[in-house]
Amino acid sequence: MEILNSQQIDNEIEKLAKEISATNDDIENIAIIGIQTKGVNVAKRLSKKIKDIKKLTKEIPFGILDITLYRDDLQEAGADIPTIKDTDISFDVSNKNIILVDDVLYTGRTIRSALDVLKDLGRPKCIKLAVLVDRGYRELPIQPDYVGLIHHTKSRICVNMGDEISDADRVYVEETAE
Amino acid sequence: MLIQIKNIKITDPSTKTNKTGDIFIENGKIVEKLSGDADNVIDGKGKIAVPGLIDVHSHLREPGQEEKETIKTGTMAAAKGGITTVFCMPNTKPVTDNAPSVEYILMKAQKEGKVNVFPIGCITKGSQGKELAEIGILKKAGIVAVSDDGVPVANSQIMRRALEYTKMFNLAVISHCEDKELSRNGVMNAGKNSMIFGLRGIPNQSEEIMVSRDIMLCELTGGKLHIAHVSTAGSVELVRRAKKKGLNVTCETCPHYFSLTDDYVQNYDTNFKMNPPLRTQKDVDAIKEGLKDGTIDCIATDHAPHTQEEKCREFDSAPFGIIGFETLLSLTLNELVDKKVLTLEEAIAKMTVNPAKIFSLENRGSLKPGSIADITIIDLEHKYEFKKEDILSKSKNSPFIGRKFKGCAVMTIVGGKIVWTLKDGIIN
Amino acid sequence: MSFNRKDLLGLEHLDKKEIQTIIDSARPFKDMFTRSIKKAPALVGKTVVNLFYEPSTRTRTSFEVASKRLSADVVSIATATSSVVKGESLVDTAKTLEAMKADIIIIRHTLAGTPELLAKNLNASIINAGDGFHEHPTQGLLDLFTMQEKKKKIEGLKVLLVGDILHSRVAKSNIWALTKFGAKVRVVGPPTLIPSRISELGVEVFYNLDEAIKDADVVNILRIQMERQQENLFPSIHEYVELYQVTKERLAKAKPDVLVMHPGPMNRGIEIDSEVADSPAAVINEQVTNGIAVRMSVLYLLAAARNKRKK
Repeated sequence: MEILNSQQIDNEIEKLAKEISATNDDIENIAIIGIQTKGVNVAKRLSKKIKDIKKLTKEIPFGILDITLYRDDLQEAGADIPTIKDTDISFDVSNKNIILVDDVLYTGRTIRSALDVLKDLGRPKCIKLAVLVDRGYRELPIQPDYVGLIHHTKSRICVNMGDEISDADRVYVEETAE
Repeated sequence: MLIQIKNIKITDPSTKTNKTGDIFIENGKIVEKLSGDADNVIDGKGKIAVPGLIDVHSHLREPGQEEKETIKTGTMAAAKGGITTVFCMPNTKPVTDNAPSVEYILMKAQKEGKVNVFPIGCITKGSQGKELAEIGILKKAGIVAVSDDGVPVANSQIMRRALEYTKMFNLAVISHCEDKELSRNGVMNAGKNSMIFGLRGIPNQSEEIMVSRDIMLCELTGGKLHIAHVSTAGSVELVRRAKKKGLNVTCETCPHYFSLTDDYVQNYDTNFKMNPPLRTQKDVDAIKEGLKDGTIDCIATDHAPHTQEEKCREFDSAPFGIIGFETLLSLTLNELVDKKVLTLEEAIAKMTVNPAKIFSLENRGSLKPGSIADITIIDLEHKYEFKKEDILSKSKNSPFIGRKFKGCAVMTIVGGKIVWTLKDGIIN
Repeated sequence: MSFNRKDLLGLEHLDKKEIQTIIDSARPFKDMFTRSIKKAPALVGKTVVNLFYEPSTRTRTSFEVASKRLSADVVSIATATSSVVKGESLVDTAKTLEAMKADIIIIRHTLAGTPELLAKNLNASIINAGDGFHEHPTQGLLDLFTMQEKKKKIEGLKVLLVGDILHSRVAKSNIWALTKFGAKVRVVGPPTLIPSRISELGVEVFYNLDEAIKDADVVNILRIQMERQQENLFPSIHEYVELYQVTKERLAKAKPDVLVMHPGPMNRGIEIDSEVADSPAAVINEQVTNGIAVRMSVLYLLAAARNKRKK
């Protein structure tokens, strides 16, 4: 079941960008980090919009982050062997206002792992969380600071989008429950 | 005790017999007919009777290494394998280079042995390769051959004297052919596999150099040379040529040399570690050819028990050798007879009449009347899996555990006494 | 992911895909080394034992660092301090370690096949850190990783292995890995130090270094053990240096962008000229760095595969 089409995705990202721009006075100090893999494209598009809104001349520092080695289910019996992906953060995260970006927020465990990675990379001034969709059913006390669509469901939500807007973009709920 | 074995197929290579009939046993001997009614009538239908198998190469480990094997357990295993006579090598502790040692083995065998035990004496004192042992005295005590098995006589002059001196006793010198310098530190066949597995190799030539030396010494002396455990194509060829020349040379091989190659070493399973080592398919083929054309006279086991603790070690550190009594007959049947390398008669000859002749064993290796009633009864159709828990030998170091066989001994008779049957096991 | 093995015993039986998986996972680990905290909690709570029956500083340290960077608890046992001297068998020692709940045992041994012996007898995952003249798989992997990093494509690459091929587990693991990736492997050394059947593994045999080094893309120089001279495998170190030392002059015959590699520790002035060892062509220190990344990757994949099998 489709919950967002291409245009609606763009609108949600626009909304997030505006909120971030409005609530961060110190916009020069923000940095955006997308979580591998689906959070990366959301973060890229978000970054572009903030730059346009704020009419920044410089690129906002941008990084990608992989949480595989920090997952709390890595030692669980029967888990598949997760492929380790790149973490590429070329700036110093210390004293930065980090906007952590993911596509869908669900249990909160990915975000917990991402916070652990960031902790190992330095000491940011603050970390805020932006997500395109909040699926609900949290298992940890983690809440987003900026949220696009709220759609509570136990079914998996799929996000199909690139780093540029396209007619094929869509967000939909898978039929079978997890 | 009068025994009649009824309606059995009799295969006796010594008389070239191959017919169905009855065998009569009286006073431990095979007779034309019984003097009275049989006390025990055995139905031999569907089975084959052959002369009791003679294994000319084994290690019973007693005295000195009873943790590996004893005369009792070793001969039990032999009985189960259809073997009625075993020759035991002198590398016991102490070595069998003196009459009391020989007498001890014979006494123990008399008391606890299930089959005939014939000791082999040392060639040299302490098997040190330096001075000849008192071979004449050993002969009187009861040895059937001399050998420094495991520690080959490196000095050509000593080997020459041994071959000369034994002539007066008509004793064969059994030679473990190995150039120890060339094989030094080697643990498996030298070749592609040893390179891949990272193990030091023993080249074929380390065997063949000594085979050829001993053949030359045999020619020089006119002594009686028997080459132990032939494993290479080159050795087969050397013996073939020596025989063609009319030299007094005989030889044996072991079942593992016609049924396994060094590919099996790949998992570093120490049950595939023996000396000489498993060779290549080319060698296996040559061994079979040698068996077929009569170059190789005997099939012996080189039964070499070692404890689990010794074998469950690094490949380099584990001792050489495998047990063989309980698989000799089945391997010979499945690898040689079923695969049409040898006829049943030819195969049985290599474990009966041939060794009896080479080592001058009187009234053995034959089923003709007057012979000692050593008889092996075989069921060619019996199918079984060789399982570790069924092994009677004290040691379990066999590379054939888990192998499925067809055909084995179902009854072993030694000197007219039934010592083992498939149904009842060891009979006391 | 195409890696689901209990143990890493050698490269002979790994396929190209498995090898590439290990190397691909090593890359993110290497990136981690540039961070201030070079550590991830992937193996938290796992116990890794380094069981070394042969002196080794490099490999042992490398595995130790790799384990620690994955947050595993690591214990190193060297022969001199273990109960080996008290006559305990290898299998018993290892079983004791397993009873202490070791998840992964890394073994280095002078005798070939010891990792297989442990793998057969234990549930713990076994990593071969070099066994006799058999294999040294993590060295083969790190060499391949280094070559891939520097040369991109391995296929068609002319890789020369110099020295004692006969006693070299490094050479063996290199040959297995490189030939699977389509490299043109050459070996050079005196005939006494080259196994006579080596060409059956798909390598080209040379006895003359000046010929062998022509147009080489990579020259991997093996350590020469001084005791080989006592075994009469070559007449003297002096003659070995004369015939097989990789010098600047000889290296000039290789490709201009040749890579010089050495598994270490080097005998400077014997198998390798100091000038060559310190030249920009030498990537010997890079090999050390890559070694840690590759070993982290192996530890990670084996631990993950263990979890998967627990299902």
